[in-house]
Amino acid sequence: MNAAVILAAVMLAALVIYSLFGGPDYGAGFWDLMCSGPRRQDQRDLIASAIQPVWEANHIWLILVVVLTFSGFPAVFSWISLGLAVPIFLILLGIVLRGSSYVFRAYFTGSIRTQLFCGKIFSISSSITPLFLGIVIGAISSDAVIVKDGVSENGFLGTWFHPFPLIVGMLSLSLFAYLSACYLTIETNDASLQNDFRNRALTSGLVSIIFAVLTYVVAGDSARPIRDGLSRVPYVWLIELGAVIAALVAFHALWSRRYLRARMAAAAQVALIVTGWGVAQYPCLVRPELTIFNSAAPSNILSDLEIAVAVGALVLIPSLILLLSVFKTQRKSISAVADTTLD
Amino acid sequence: MDNFIAARSQMGMSLAFHIIFAAIGVSLPLMMTIAEWRWRSTGDPAYLVLAKRWAKGTTILFAIGAISGTVLSFELGLLWPRFMQYAGAVIGMPFSLEGFAFFTEAIFLGIYLYGWNQVPGWFHLFSGIIVAISGVLSAIFVTLVNGWMNTPTGFDVVAGKFEKIHPLVAMFNPAGIPEAIHMVLAAYTAAGFATAGIHGWLLLRRGRNRFDEVAIGIALLVGGGAVLLQSVSGDALARMVAAKQPMKLASLEGQFQTETGAPFRIGGLPFPDKRETKFAIEIPHGLSLLSFHTPNAVIKGLDQEPESDWPNVRMVHICFQIMVGCGSLLSLFAVAAGWLSWKKRTLINHPRFLKALVFVSPLGFVALEAGWMVTELGRQPWIIYHLMRTKDAVTSMPNVTITFLAMTAVYVILGTIVVWLLSRHVIAAPERKQLAHQGVL
Repeated sequence: MNAAVILAAVMLAALVIYSLFGGPDYGAGFWDLMCSGPRRQDQRDLIASAIQPVWEANHIWLILVVVLTFSGFPAVFSWISLGLAVPIFLILLGIVLRGSSYVFRAYFTGSIRTQLFCGKIFSISSSITPLFLGIVIGAISSDAVIVKDGVSENGFLGTWFHPFPLIVGMLSLSLFAYLSACYLTIETNDASLQNDFRNRALTSGLVSIIFAVLTYVVAGDSARPIRDGLSRVPYVWLIELGAVIAALVAFHALWSRRYLRARMAAAAQVALIVTGWGVAQYPCLVRPELTIFNSAAPSNILSDLEIAVAVGALVLIPSLILLLSVFKTQRKSISAVADTTLD
Repeated sequence: MDNFIAARSQMGMSLAFHIIFAAIGVSLPLMMTIAEWRWRSTGDPAYLVLAKRWAKGTTILFAIGAISGTVLSFELGLLWPRFMQYAGAVIGMPFSLEGFAFFTEAIFLGIYLYGWNQVPGWFHLFSGIIVAISGVLSAIFVTLVNGWMNTPTGFDVVAGKFEKIHPLVAMFNPAGIPEAIHMVLAAYTAAGFATAGIHGWLLLRRGRNRFDEVAIGIALLVGGGAVLLQSVSGDALARMVAAKQPMKLASLEGQFQTETGAPFRIGGLPFPDKRETKFAIEIPHGLSLLSFHTPNAVIKGLDQEPESDWPNVRMVHICFQIMVGCGSLLSLFAVAAGWLSWKKRTLINHPRFLKALVFVSPLGFVALEAGWMVTELGRQPWIIYHLMRTKDAVTSMPNVTITFLAMTAVYVILGTIVVWLLSRHVIAAPERKQLAHQGVL
């Protein structure tokens, strides 16, 4: 197999992992915004405790995608940075505001009003960022981003401000919210809290299905090639079928309150949707002009990058397993007190 | 504001903030690990409190550094798309490796924070060492990219494009390693002296206490040790610049005419229109000696290149003087402190010593910022030295001023948060029970 295709596959895998781990962090922020009912504060506390220990690590997957894009497919990075400068800038602003307000809220001990204000910034920026991440995905899937001699042919709004990218943006926000609600059901033992998030998972799951159908319909007007990609290639059909089955399993499990199964099925569903998009997009990276083949860096660079990724994975995977096992024992024991006495 | 100026301002502003976060983030893990090692070998609880405090500081800085690093990786494309289009493939390797170093740091920081009672003591200490090493590696990888922009190697230029790229040759470009070592030592110097200074000030206010004393001990050891090594590293870097970027050397020394046995200038103000540097104390043959280790070596002056290709000579020269001046003062302080504490052990509680320490403590950061100004302004007008001009790399996007203002606001907020959190969680006085009863830790 071609080195460029392998690197693109690695990037897609990183994107899938980012959706599965980083996505629910955004979704949790969205639910933080939507907290309501008598258990509002309990819901917020659950969200805060669920994303606390690992949130910094999750964003590294996005950085990996960015770095591999500019090293392996420099033209793609350059085109996206130019043509989609506005949504990219908003993503950036969202990540910064989200991260900093979260850190601040986590350690802030002063007035309750400041804490609430930080919480608002955190939840609003958490909701906006996946919207624009989806918009970028939608924009590079429709034939809008074209850069000639360093100038974007469709300007800085025309590249993304049309129905298809906007609906993909809504789709990704609803998927992340759905995924997050499914994850949150098993972060607590309180049955009524579990029930709150179960109902949210069901609602947001339904909303995401509506947006998925809408995406397909709107693609008929403005993003014909990706729609053809979604319906033509046989592998894509299999992946789509898998996603549908996973969705049905997840809904059934949520309905019958089997939360662990729901969580796994929902994760499989989102992973298959992202993978399906990637395969349908093949061989393009930025439709219509940039493909994996015409934008790739020379093959010796690609293979060097792949060796670096492989060596990195060899170091990281055992370390990650070790970290997770430390977390697990830490959650079981009550020694968490050890850290709080220092505050 | 002109788009090009706005883009340069935004990049410069982002880097100026990021380098502060990064320098603290690189140094705190080392100090934290030393503190834990001292605790494990002496059993003194003050060291344990310190290790936990610095671990918390590392966590905060790691989170803020991750945010600001994400901003920079996007800004490379948002502001300089053409640079990334041509150079992305060449400099991708160190950036990718930096990503992995960062990931390793995240994982072992997690183990360090949550593993106090879960993993064996030696392994906990080992995790701290890994955090410290991977932080340093991140700094090295990123600085290697800057080195490449100064001394680009590892490719052939064919018809305006990079061909036959060798990522490893590009990564180990001539400027890379000397610059990276200089940067790591600068980070230790800046954060070490700043931490020691803060605790010195607190010691003056709070009166004698074990917590501030041991903090000063470790911080000063790290900062003072680093600044003494810095003179060796600075010499290596200067000789590299003399050999590979003679025009940069000329502008940082204010050397307008090519000269045999050129003097070393202390202070002074370059007048580019008159082609001379006035008011400087000149040490005869000094520059030739320092740059090539022979007194009569030829130093190329700015006259070798058209004036349109000069950097802002005045700014570069002034920043260089500031950097060298601060570094020398700190070295003097380190030598004096070392000698005095060897003679008389109670030095740390001497008010005059503490006042002097507080006075010099910000100079490390001043030198760090000034040093980056020298590197970055001294490279202009090139983004890739002698290959691509900065103005040819800038984005065609209009209204960069807006993003510049927005990002400035964001960084000011980030900076405020860091200062507030560090003062609340890292340097605040520990409660008495934490020192008296080790059990509650």
